[in-house]
Amino acid sequence: MDILNALVVFLNFVFIPAAAYGAQLALGALGVTLIYGILRFSNFAHGDTMAFGTAIVILLTWGLQALGISAGPLPTALIALPLGIALTALLVLGTDRAVYRFYRRQKAAPIILVMASVGVMFVMNGLTRLLIGVDEYRFDDGARFIIDVRTFREMTGLPEGLALRSTQALTLVVAILVMIALFWFLNRTKSGKAMRAYSDNEDLALLSGIDPERVVRLTWIIAAGLATIAGTLYGLDKSFKAFNYFQILLPIFAAAIVGGLGNPLGAIAGGFLVAFSEVAVTYPWVRVVGYLAPWYEPGGLMQLLGTEYKFAVSFVILIIVLLFRPTGLFRGKSV
Amino acid sequence: MKKLLLATAAGALLAGAAGAEEIKLGLSLGFTGPLESMAPGMQQGAELAMKEISDSGLLLDGSTVTAVTGDSTCIDAAAATATVERLIASEGVKGIIGGMCSGETIASLENVARPNGVVMISPSATSPALSTIEDDGLFFRTSPSDARQGEVMADVIMERGINTVAVTYTNNDYGKGLADSFQAAFEEKGGTVTTNSAHDDGKADYSAEVAALAAAGGDALVVVGYVDQGGSGVVRAALDTGAFETFVFPDGMVGQALETNFGSEIEGSFGQNPAAEGEGRETYLSMAEEAGFDGSSAFSAEAYDAAALMLLAMAKSGSSDPATYKNSIMDVANAPGEKILPGQLARALEIINGGGDVDYDGATSVELVGEGESAGSFREIEFKNGVMEVIGYR
Repeated sequence: MDILNALVVFLNFVFIPAAAYGAQLALGALGVTLIYGILRFSNFAHGDTMAFGTAIVILLTWGLQALGISAGPLPTALIALPLGIALTALLVLGTDRAVYRFYRRQKAAPIILVMASVGVMFVMNGLTRLLIGVDEYRFDDGARFIIDVRTFREMTGLPEGLALRSTQALTLVVAILVMIALFWFLNRTKSGKAMRAYSDNEDLALLSGIDPERVVRLTWIIAAGLATIAGTLYGLDKSFKAFNYFQILLPIFAAAIVGGLGNPLGAIAGGFLVAFSEVAVTYPWVRVVGYLAPWYEPGGLMQLLGTEYKFAVSFVILIIVLLFRPTGLFRGKSV
Repeated sequence: MKKLLLATAAGALLAGAAGAEEIKLGLSLGFTGPLESMAPGMQQGAELAMKEISDSGLLLDGSTVTAVTGDSTCIDAAAATATVERLIASEGVKGIIGGMCSGETIASLENVARPNGVVMISPSATSPALSTIEDDGLFFRTSPSDARQGEVMADVIMERGINTVAVTYTNNDYGKGLADSFQAAFEEKGGTVTTNSAHDDGKADYSAEVAALAAAGGDALVVVGYVDQGGSGVVRAALDTGAFETFVFPDGMVGQALETNFGSEIEGSFGQNPAAEGEGRETYLSMAEEAGFDGSSAFSAEAYDAAALMLLAMAKSGSSDPATYKNSIMDVANAPGEKILPGQLARALEIINGGGDVDYDGATSVELVGEGESAGSFREIEFKNGVMEVIGYR
């Protein structure tokens, strides 16, 4: 019984929130890693691409809600998602045409592209705020819980409760589907193989007749899709506020680098690693330990770090990994 | 001869005018910044009192009062200091209604008002630090200190039979001040505070903060935050994870948004905010409605009282010089004397001019205690059937 209670507390406060957050980070990190692998620069505008995509999805959701269209128990935002992705893809293709293509033709050093992306980031930053404003929006509708604390307690008779929000479950399901689709695309389709070939060796790919502009376009479209999906899931699960998307850029980059930049599998592993460390290190374990080892009475809360230091955790992991495995856990390209 | 006559006539006119003057009062309020939505209501409240007194023609031989506004920004102490400096040095105001937020008020009081010997009456700065600040008798406030709210909140919780609580506060002067004064009061009364930890406003996710609060435990969660900010986020995360079911809300959280956001989910939760009941408040609300603004806007009534107190003190001391009238503020605010409600300022001036005493009650039942701050009455609220209900005043 006590072990069950400990497990429920662990699931409720650590595992479920960390898994949902990890999936959101992993989707974001996949976009970053894809751009790094194929276009060979770290795209700092990715966080704001997520914000822009989500803002579009929210506007479309409001439109759908006004028309009386809903997805039943699922959030309406899911219906708005495809069009949101399309519009975001248009925007990033536009920025590629206007900004990055110029530097690519110049064969500019990666650091110049990175700086250009910082500029793009600030422009997108402003664009998102012009579009939707700086306020906080909640746009999740439909059923809020798959199982809530009260029902769980009544069902099991345990004193500890467990809640699973529908947005958390949705995040995990959508993230897994998107990841499967992405790997299928990269490994099984001709375009995916072309992208990987271009990533491995640009000159050889050109020699074998691969159109580089097409590969670049495809990469941007996929990155825009990943960014919009990640942003929308994050916004559904928590709430949308333009500034927060700027802040999660840091853990996203940490996830991508820890996993190995340019390696999609690494991005996923990195996302979950960063999320679980952030939550586990700042979680006070006193209640879990209380159930498992009732004879042991700790003086404090058994919390390694205050919750204020959450963001610091990703950087500590980043530093440790870079010290011992500079190319990341999954052997990505060296930074 | 003609010139001499003219000069005499002019001299006589000047002598007559010396009694009646144009008194300027500065309004240093946060017209921009995090509380910008409250500032207009406060300005209108203060100006209402000034107009009432000007129109009566009874203040210091018919002196008129005008308001000069300045933006204190609420969060930028340097900007607030510059604003008050301008009001005093170049506008020559005889007193300041303001500042709005505690940090900014402390800065402008210490750097400008006190060195220049100008009286400040703040309608809304509630930090306990202002109770003990070195002010040469120049600083007053028509709102209660948060130390007082801490005690009231401790009483409210105790009376419901709750003895252990967890506290989370918004990471600023207001949050920390109120959370600490509450903890001291609650522990003194024999309660236990399991944890007293900060949350930062403007984050997307408060599950980590709530996990820590849940681990510490407690029968209720005291949320010392802002309802439009992290406070609601913490409540949402606590409800979702089932960490707490009963919440205690101090003034920053008591708002209509709470009912809209949570409704029946926080059934049985309770709280309190500074607000007076009674005739004074009712009169003020209808006066404000007549003047075309919403008198129930936060701290609007306190601003009316601040301006009225300052001007009545001038009448009482017979001078608009801050060094003189600062000593009369406590006199007009407290007993003995005839009770004065909003709209009766002309009557108050008549009594004062006739040598009598007044006890200004105003829109917020003003009673200045200690170093010159409102004793404060609090409104207790509770959520019943998804609706926020006022259950009493204390």
